[in-house]
Amino acid sequence: MLGNAGTKSAGAGRFKLGTWGWVAVFVLAALVPLFGPSGYLLDIGVNIMIYAMLAYGMNVLLGYTGQLPLAHAGFFGIGAYTVGILTLKAGWSFWLAWPAAVALCAVLGLLLGLVAFRTKGDAFSIFTLGVGVIIMLVINKWDALTGGNEGLNGINPPAGLEVLSKGVGLKLSAGFYYLALIALILTVLAVARARGSVFGRSLIAIRGGEDLARSAGIDVFTHKLRAMMLSTAIAGFAGGVYAVYVGFLGSASAGPAMTFTVLLYLLAGGLGTLAGPLIGPALLYTLTQSLKGLQDYQYIVFGPLLVLLIMFAPQGLAGLWMKAQARRELAAVTGKKGAERA
Amino acid sequence: MPEVVQSEVLHSGSELLRVEGLGIRFGGLHAVKDVTASIPAGQITAIIGPNGAGKSTFFNLISGFYKPTSGRIVFQGQDITRLKTHEVVASGMARTFQTTTIYKELSVLENAMIGHRVRTRAGLLDALLRTGRERRDEQESRDAAMTALTRVGLAAHAARPAGAMTQEGQKRVGIAMALASNPKLLLLDEPAAGMNPEETVSLMTLIRELVAGGLTVTLVEHKMSLVMSLADHILVLHHGQKISEGLPAQVSRDPAVIEAYLGSHAHGGQMGQTATGAAPHA
Repeated sequence: MLGNAGTKSAGAGRFKLGTWGWVAVFVLAALVPLFGPSGYLLDIGVNIMIYAMLAYGMNVLLGYTGQLPLAHAGFFGIGAYTVGILTLKAGWSFWLAWPAAVALCAVLGLLLGLVAFRTKGDAFSIFTLGVGVIIMLVINKWDALTGGNEGLNGINPPAGLEVLSKGVGLKLSAGFYYLALIALILTVLAVARARGSVFGRSLIAIRGGEDLARSAGIDVFTHKLRAMMLSTAIAGFAGGVYAVYVGFLGSASAGPAMTFTVLLYLLAGGLGTLAGPLIGPALLYTLTQSLKGLQDYQYIVFGPLLVLLIMFAPQGLAGLWMKAQARRELAAVTGKKGAERA
Repeated sequence: MPEVVQSEVLHSGSELLRVEGLGIRFGGLHAVKDVTASIPAGQITAIIGPNGAGKSTFFNLISGFYKPTSGRIVFQGQDITRLKTHEVVASGMARTFQTTTIYKELSVLENAMIGHRVRTRAGLLDALLRTGRERRDEQESRDAAMTALTRVGLAAHAARPAGAMTQEGQKRVGIAMALASNPKLLLLDEPAAGMNPEETVSLMTLIRELVAGGLTVTLVEHKMSLVMSLADHILVLHHGQKISEGLPAQVSRDPAVIEAYLGSHAHGGQMGQTATGAAPHA
């Protein structure tokens, strides 16, 4: 299902946690609300999943295509505000507003890409950072549409979610948890399929060397545009869940600080891996929450931990696992063929 | 092998590629200037010249990697001067790089599959929806890549990381990547650079086999022994201009060529020595 994970032996860089590993993770996650956990625990779960979706979106561009996009939270904001505005002001159902937000983010991602991909490397990142700031400012200043500084208040839960949750004997918070979980599963599935495809292999080729990819016959610009669209669409998808979950939107959620938080989670989890964008938010968000009591002092713990992580696991936590596995595979290969080359 | 042959009858020696008044200027420097030449089909054409003669630039021009500032390029009767690089590849021309520029972290098979991308159409939506086209293209990529690997003698190494291959093996991976796009014309940029004599001979054998199979090969090379024994046709560049063209025996006796090489020798260049500078794109 997940791009035939594990069944193909061919790939280095293919995700190592096989399909069954993923099924197990998601089944376990789905069981959590049945044990009657506190609302606080479910809240952490939903937040992790929203951050994870954002990290998956960023991973498509940064991890697979090798382009660092710094407007990511801007699209998260656009997705969230689109859902907020359409449901509050236009009276749309969430179930229509959500796909509309995703489509809008994909189209805006295309437009951004058409301009931004005329630059490369650092220039691309800086350009998109500027766009991210502009998106936040527009949201902050456009009072009539977005509520400006006041934000957007009172976004209702998706129609039917409360009834459905109560119907099966769960609280609304559990309903949100399942909504986020399903959204996350769809995200992982989409990203895994994209990565494991002919298209995805071309992205990896672009990451490995743009000039080489071009000479090998890959239409680099078009592939980057598609990757950007997938990335921003996923950001908007996450934004939609966020909007109905928190019920209140402020422009800060669309700003660079959010982008860098996601970037940090992604780096910690493991760039270019399928597990990394989930592992990073799961550990780091939990950590920040548990250190919250320390207030600003939490960074005394947090900072050194990050330094250690970058020093000893530059490929992130998923990277550590993959490295260990690669070492085992190499040992198996060199055990057989070691003498032949020298 | 869906290869070549049946599409059109290209007699060995008929013109496959022609450049007319080709030139490129980088700022004030005319790296290549007013070159008119043609590459005959089914043969091995070598482009030679002293260091800095513009050979690699010329290569980058015909492969669409650089856009010329003057002149035009006609490939199989079609003007490809303004095509983008990937469109040039699609038209049937593939290249390798001077250094062993391949995807070292990917498997040998995946490298070759990337070379076949230009022949497949499956995009993002096909990937997300797992359409029939996606599955067909994936299978076709795999088959075409295996065919290409078989041609260069690497079929048994398909699953190995490309970076774990020897220098010569990596060159072959680069050639397989190019072959996977089903080219009519294969451009090799200094294929023997960094190889020992034994590996060079083995590579020459491979190039001869490819040409015997109907491919046209054009190469930039510094090793004169390789050029003289391999090439059917030689094009000599000096200061970005063509100074001689013809059979190896003719070219090697051409006073202009001797002058160019000896002249550049006096200024420090050496005939037959491998360039040490890195490629401008690596």
